[in-house]
Amino acid sequence: MMHIKHEAEERHVLTVTVDNEAGILAKIAGLFTARGYNIDSLTVADITENHSVSRITIVTHGPPSQIDQIHAQLERLVPVHKVVDLTEVGPYVQRELALVKVAGVGEKRVEALRIADVFRAKPVDTTTGSFIFELTGAPDKIDTFVTLMRELGLVEVGRTGIVAMIRGAEEA
Amino acid sequence: MTRRDDCRVGSVSLESAWPAEMLVSGADPPMEAGFLKRPFGGRAPEYEEECVVSEERSGANILVESLVRQGVEFVFGYPGGAVLPIYDALFGDERLRHILVRHEAGAAHAAEGYARSTGKPGVVLVTSGPGATNAVTGIADAFLDSIPLVVITGQVPTALIGSDAFQEADTVGISRHCTKHNYLVKDPADLAATIDEAFQIATTGRPGPVLIDIPKDVQIATAPWTDAPAQRRNRYSPPTLGGADEIAQAIDMIASAKAPVLYTGGGIINSGLRATQLLRELQEKTGAPVTSTLMGLGAFPADHADWLGMLGMHGTYEANLAMNQADLIVCLGARFDDRVTGRLDAFAPNSKKIHVDIDRSSINKTVQVDLPIVGDCASVIEQILEGWGSRKPQDLSAWKARIDGWREKKSLSFPLSKEAIMPQLAIQRLFELTRDKDPVISTEVGQHQMWAAQHFHFFGPNKWLTSGGLGTMGYGLPAAIGAQCGNPDSLVIDIAGDASIQMNIQEMGTATQYRLPVKVFILNNEWMGMVRQWQELTYESRYSNSYSDSLPDFVKLAEAYGWKGIRIENESQLDAGIKAMIEHDGPVIVDCLVAKESNCFPMIPSGASHTEMILYGDTVAGTMDDEAKALV
Ligand SMILES: Cc1ncc(C[n+]2csc(CCOP(=O)(O)OP(=O)(O)O)c2C)c(N)n1
Ligand SMILES: [Mg+2]
Repeated sequence: MMHIKHEAEERHVLTVTVDNEAGILAKIAGLFTARGYNIDSLTVADITENHSVSRITIVTHGPPSQIDQIHAQLERLVPVHKVVDLTEVGPYVQRELALVKVAGVGEKRVEALRIADVFRAKPVDTTTGSFIFELTGAPDKIDTFVTLMRELGLVEVGRTGIVAMIRGAEEA
Repeated sequence: MTRRDDCRVGSVSLESAWPAEMLVSGADPPMEAGFLKRPFGGRAPEYEEECVVSEERSGANILVESLVRQGVEFVFGYPGGAVLPIYDALFGDERLRHILVRHEAGAAHAAEGYARSTGKPGVVLVTSGPGATNAVTGIADAFLDSIPLVVITGQVPTALIGSDAFQEADTVGISRHCTKHNYLVKDPADLAATIDEAFQIATTGRPGPVLIDIPKDVQIATAPWTDAPAQRRNRYSPPTLGGADEIAQAIDMIASAKAPVLYTGGGIINSGLRATQLLRELQEKTGAPVTSTLMGLGAFPADHADWLGMLGMHGTYEANLAMNQADLIVCLGARFDDRVTGRLDAFAPNSKKIHVDIDRSSINKTVQVDLPIVGDCASVIEQILEGWGSRKPQDLSAWKARIDGWREKKSLSFPLSKEAIMPQLAIQRLFELTRDKDPVISTEVGQHQMWAAQHFHFFGPNKWLTSGGLGTMGYGLPAAIGAQCGNPDSLVIDIAGDASIQMNIQEMGTATQYRLPVKVFILNNEWMGMVRQWQELTYESRYSNSYSDSLPDFVKLAEAYGWKGIRIENESQLDAGIKAMIEHDGPVIVDCLVAKESNCFPMIPSGASHTEMILYGDTVAGTMDDEAKALV
């Protein structure tokens, strides 16, 4: 008899600066699948004026030795300039944007608006029977908001995945 | 402008090497002995000065010029629709020698054999779709064994990409995780810089295959070409030197070790001849015994008193015990592969470990080390030697005495047989009888490969070509062909198995066509011996589909291809057969019938530790628990 073993895991946030070339996202995402790593969230956009460099933020989880391998394997890709494990070098800020659609009338509608206010979520679309709220914050703040909205007529949720940055004056 | 009247023709004498009618037809030269000894390549400087500054050239033409500029001598390839423009650009161009293989896997392995035996990158040219997919095995093989290749694949025209066009495959997608880097070039203006970067990436840092996918329209469209070096940014600069602190620490650790081992791998070979010389110096200074992985054989001379032999699954008792009992392991260009470490939690339990590797992702991947040094083996060893000064190592005599005790086991010994030739004996005789010729040896995959690693001995780098990481049956014959191209005066022998040789047997035609006098020495045991051995040891001898049924008559097959065929049936014919093979000035198959059911020992069963080696004569259970069975 044989069972598959599991190891203790950690969540890490990595930022990866890459040449903005065709196939780079497939290379990175594919690296994760090919080597059996996890992607919890991945965001990407170019960050230079001439659009030549992109910054990718990846949230992953795995045993510490695997996180180190992920770091090294990413660095091994030719178009990758720099990999920073924010969880390692921290502290860092992380932000995510969500759009949350809630439909309801009467007391539920009022309550949704009240909670949105507490969370500083902004209604960006309204009908007489629905709202779309825009909310930014750390992922657990968004989790909590979505949970609360579930009882108040949640229709759908869209999330960007996080972007993150090291605190302080320096570049990571 | 036609290819013929461009500037380079004026200074290259086409007629000197090729009969005029051959140039017109584009056919290969008639078969004649020793044609390979003609000079190829390396003529770029002759025409450079005469060329005009800038002119429009087709993508195909830019590719050819760029390959010449890189000093490429041989292109291993196979034509097809999506590379016709490139083949047309090659037509009659004698600066590049195109070797027409019989299957694209053969092209990739031949390029590997060329690269491994010469230290230069191998170049492959194949068509889109099936041409590219056929080459993938060889590309993956080169990726795992860190062999520098530049693979050019044709692609359907840009406008048809994504439309499931005829012979379209997502080559860049398919090869993404078995290349070091790959490109889809969409503009001929990018070709020169891309090719230049591809060669740099393939050959520097940890070498590996780089693929360039070129749509057919990009081969035909033109772009400006100049003789000036391609303009590009330099974004790839792998580290070469180790950090000064780490070097100092390494020196202290080595100088204070009482039981050190140098554990070397393919990285030493990739690092070049200088690395093998420096390794010898390091060994002399430190007195440490040396073992090597399968890929590193030849980096340290096998007749040295401190040579332990290969380590790992089929390594020697002394190498594996020394690793197990060492207080310091200095890993130089090896990667703690599962075939080397055996059971991880029992691997070298009492040792400190230094790991020198140019690829930081190899460090702490499977085994946690105490001192990582990211850098090129030759440079790092040189740094260690510089810092070593006049230090004296510890007295290692007690350690050496223990090692001598392990050597007493004579773990490579095997029982002789009256009825049949023992395969190990065949390798020993092959070694003894070819030793003075310093041959290049390639292998297929299986027991014969391990016996070759154990009983053939190497004294210098680039003589041993084997598929280590991927373990690709069918590697050996094309690799031998590639090696023979790069080493026209060398004796090149593929030590083969009866099953493996059939995986790329079609390449016999390639050797015939180009008069490549490669030798194929088959240890014919009528089994997929390695599979049979595992079934004997783990599945109670249920030999499921491992018998080599319906084998061809290899001697007749040799003759059918214009080779010489020799059969060796008993020990009395062994030496004469080997000598006849060596003496024949052309390709030879030797069908050496060996004992059918011998096993390859010593062996560390997968999932076992270095101390649980099985030696000849040990009784083996014939079964294993599921945990062990699940390991590869
Ligand atoms: C392409 C490929 N397919 C399957 C295998 C699995 N395999 C490893 S060794 C072996 C048998 C090789 O038989 P043979 O060439 O006769 O060598 P022997 O072990 O008998 O010396 C097989 C099937 C492999 N390594 N490569
Ligand atoms: Mg066999």
